[in-house]
Amino acid sequence: MLYRKFYSSPWQEMERLQSEMNRLFNSHSRSTYENPPSFPAVNIWAHDEGQVVTAELPGVDIKDIELSVAGNTLTLSGKREPEEALNDARVLRRERECGSFNRSIQLPYPVNVEKVDAVMEKGLLRINLPRAEADKPKKISVKTIS
Amino acid sequence: MNKSIEVQKKQEVALSEGSERVRDQRVYAPRADIFETGEEVVLITDMPGVNEKNVDITLEKNILNINGLVEVTPPEGCHPVYLEYETGDYERSFILSNVIDREKIEANIKDGVLYLKMHKVSPAVTRKIQVKAE
Repeated sequence: MLYRKFYSSPWQEMERLQSEMNRLFNSHSRSTYENPPSFPAVNIWAHDEGQVVTAELPGVDIKDIELSVAGNTLTLSGKREPEEALNDARVLRRERECGSFNRSIQLPYPVNVEKVDAVMEKGLLRINLPRAEADKPKKISVKTIS
Repeated sequence: MNKSIEVQKKQEVALSEGSERVRDQRVYAPRADIFETGEEVVLITDMPGVNEKNVDITLEKNILNINGLVEVTPPEGCHPVYLEYETGDYERSFILSNVIDREKIEANIKDGVLYLKMHKVSPAVTRKIQVKAE
């Protein structure tokens, strides 16, 4: 153990152990990943000019997804159809969920509705939501009075 | 059908003790449906982020191995604000019964869903062997 060199007294060692334990427990309870309140789970990313929302929606047709934006709220709804061809087949295992979904998400910035675009690739949905012009930060020039 | 979808947590694949993964990523077991009809067994797995180029299916003896590699690419120039799901590779194995014809397995992938069609052995293949008494 490398620590030995630096912690001479047993009390210091105990203290170190305690802080180490606290760190361990805290990192567990405060995970970076939140529990999604409803389907689908989303990841939200942001940059100065806007935000990107991604979701995993395997087997969902882009035509079955409905998106609507109002202010800084994004509503995502749609459905995942069960495999029709296998309606009368014998089910050996069923783990994949089918049905409808509807979820509203609060975004970091208000959205420029005209410029929203969404792509579906490999079962991954990516929605680009540029920030509303009015909300963008404006640079204020400072003049000096001579 | 108006049932709403429940959130399904991704299931991580446990590592055997003492071993480590080569890729620095989490590995999940993809959710699967298995159906059986008269002629075939159909296996469907959800693997978002996987296409035909990064999926690997192998059959060794009677073990069917499905592997999907996912390249995680966070949107360019962005920082995460709120995260609910993690991305990782997929891995799952199934034991096939003798009913399945090893030579006739078709795989298709569409919108992150893998479809494996496994044809059953036609009954004519199993031949009865006559035992003679000497």
